Amino acid sequence: MYREALREALFEEMELNDEVFIIGEGIAERGGSYKVTEGLLAKFGALRVRDTPISEASMIGVGVGAAIAHARPVVEILYIDFAMLGMDQIVNQAAKFRLMTGGEGRVPFVLRTQGGTGGGVAAQHSQSLEALFYHIPGLRVVMPSTPYDAKGLLKYALRQPDPVMFLEHKHLYMTKGMVPEGEFVIEFGKADIKREGSDVTLIAWSNMVPRTLEAAEALAEEGISAEVLDPRTLVPLDKDAILASVAKTNRVVIVQEAVRRGGVASDIASIIQQEAFYDLDAPVEIVAGMNTPIPFNLELEKASVPQTADIVAAAKSVLHADKAA
Amino acid sequence: MEKLFTTAFRIRTFESGGIKLYRQGLVRGYFHPSLGQEGIATGACAAIEDRDYIGSTHRGHGHCIARGAEIDGMVAELLQKRTGYCKGYGGSMHIADITKNNLGANGIVGAGTPLGVGAALANQVRGSDAVTITFTTDGATNNGTFLESLNLAAIWNLNFILIIENNQYAVSTTLEEATRDTDLYKRGEAIGVESHQIDGNDPLLVYETVLDAVKKCRSGLGPVLIEAKTYRHSGHHVNDPGKYMPEERLKYYMDRDPVDRARDNLIKLGKMSAEEVAKLEEEIQQEFDAAVDKAKNAGEISVEEFQEFVSAY
Repeated sequence: MYREALREALFEEMELNDEVFIIGEGIAERGGSYKVTEGLLAKFGALRVRDTPISEASMIGVGVGAAIAHARPVVEILYIDFAMLGMDQIVNQAAKFRLMTGGEGRVPFVLRTQGGTGGGVAAQHSQSLEALFYHIPGLRVVMPSTPYDAKGLLKYALRQPDPVMFLEHKHLYMTKGMVPEGEFVIEFGKADIKREGSDVTLIAWSNMVPRTLEAAEALAEEGISAEVLDPRTLVPLDKDAILASVAKTNRVVIVQEAVRRGGVASDIASIIQQEAFYDLDAPVEIVAGMNTPIPFNLELEKASVPQTADIVAAAKSVLHADKAA
Repeated sequence: MEKLFTTAFRIRTFESGGIKLYRQGLVRGYFHPSLGQEGIATGACAAIEDRDYIGSTHRGHGHCIARGAEIDGMVAELLQKRTGYCKGYGGSMHIADITKNNLGANGIVGAGTPLGVGAALANQVRGSDAVTITFTTDGATNNGTFLESLNLAAIWNLNFILIIENNQYAVSTTLEEATRDTDLYKRGEAIGVESHQIDGNDPLLVYETVLDAVKKCRSGLGPVLIEAKTYRHSGHHVNDPGKYMPEERLKYYMDRDPVDRARDNLIKLGKMSAEEVAKLEEEIQQEFDAAVDKAKNAGEISVEEFQEFVSAY
């Protein structure tokens, strides 16, 4: 499972490196709200696995400071929404320190948190805020969609010299998937083709990946071959893999759970139109969340973010764009 | 004693010289001098060792010098040269010599406090008894992270010393306007942290108080909060004449100038003669002037090097 894969990554890296430690609200005895850190306290002790009071701005800053002092902190923030309290430390401190010190200072800091909709936790516990961090030079932005990716990417994150925003998804913690035995890491900036196809490229990340794979299944039943590309890390972004897939299928749909306006999908679309315009047989389509805070009502929550049927419809639309014209 | 004076005078020389360079148009951006506040950086940094850490404020030149930074690298940074401590990427507000365990100056008031607690936490995790001193300001005490961070240091018994440089102004807002109780050390007491209020213009007293706090931290009795009262000799930055600062108050603190006090101590206690002190001052001035010459002749990072440096961003 996704959460076990994350736990394995933390466990292995803490065993390898004494300077890896975790702080967060309720992560020690309780094992965190999503049980990712369960068992780590018993194994590694209270010096390296410790609960914090509710003070996100300082917790995040403490992680950044520890990283500047050459340790390997992991700060778990319960919900990405709460990371907003620590934006100064993320944006003004962590992201800038390397440049401001002329490359002398590094910030090997990992902020783990989760976002996205699911289960009616409403507007302040459901946001997909990756675009905020994507916008800030100096941050790495990681969004694993499978247990395998979660483990490999988190292990890699814990060996990086620069700040990593490691964004999990609340809906994915219980998802199952193969995680190989033995040591492995996944480098940043390497997209993964989650499904091969030739008619249309569907680009998706985090919880939109399983939904997009469902859409690809549905499309296959109608004889449409969709390729599903998961960038896995938004910063760095595997542009080459995206452009190669576009060259192969000539049609693109980008799917993001986050709101449409100012999103990562728009930026990827702009890269494609600039660098692969002559490969395109149709305009790039974006399927995204509505420009709204997430409502509590479950039906409305569902309506506010992309569903499988929306992705299927968008894929068909880019396939038939030429006919419609 | 000699070291206290040398450091204080070196800071005074750097700040006075930096202002001149600024007026000549050689230093761009902001320049926040610590004139009048030299006693705190000087006394505090004299009380710690190489393995310890410091974190600074946006008025950070003095801390950086007191922590042992070379004047050459500091002047070159002001002049945005590649030989500067941050290669011209950081500037006055972000100056730091990382190799001296200096977490850096900070453009965001109050943001350095959690960073310092983080360094203290890193040292606790690695089993080191290294102490972290974070300098903060009266202006930063009304920021949420002040209390949050000190509280984290307290519940984890970190080797952390928070020094409030209380210069009684946040830009131009007076301490009295910013808070009802102007005894800032009490905020530490409220959360169970040993707290002191001292005269920050007395470098020897600062040294002794911080030395005692360092000993307490190393024996597991940290953190410690020290409110050191001081006053700026002028406005917030070079272009602020500070007309809002009452003359009597300014005179009161001018009469208690920390550099003069360090010099008087030295002579009064017979450690150095007035002539020897004058010679030392001349040497420090020459060191600064030489640094300016070197920096003027140094090159800048090229746009191509910059593009290469940030290509992974």
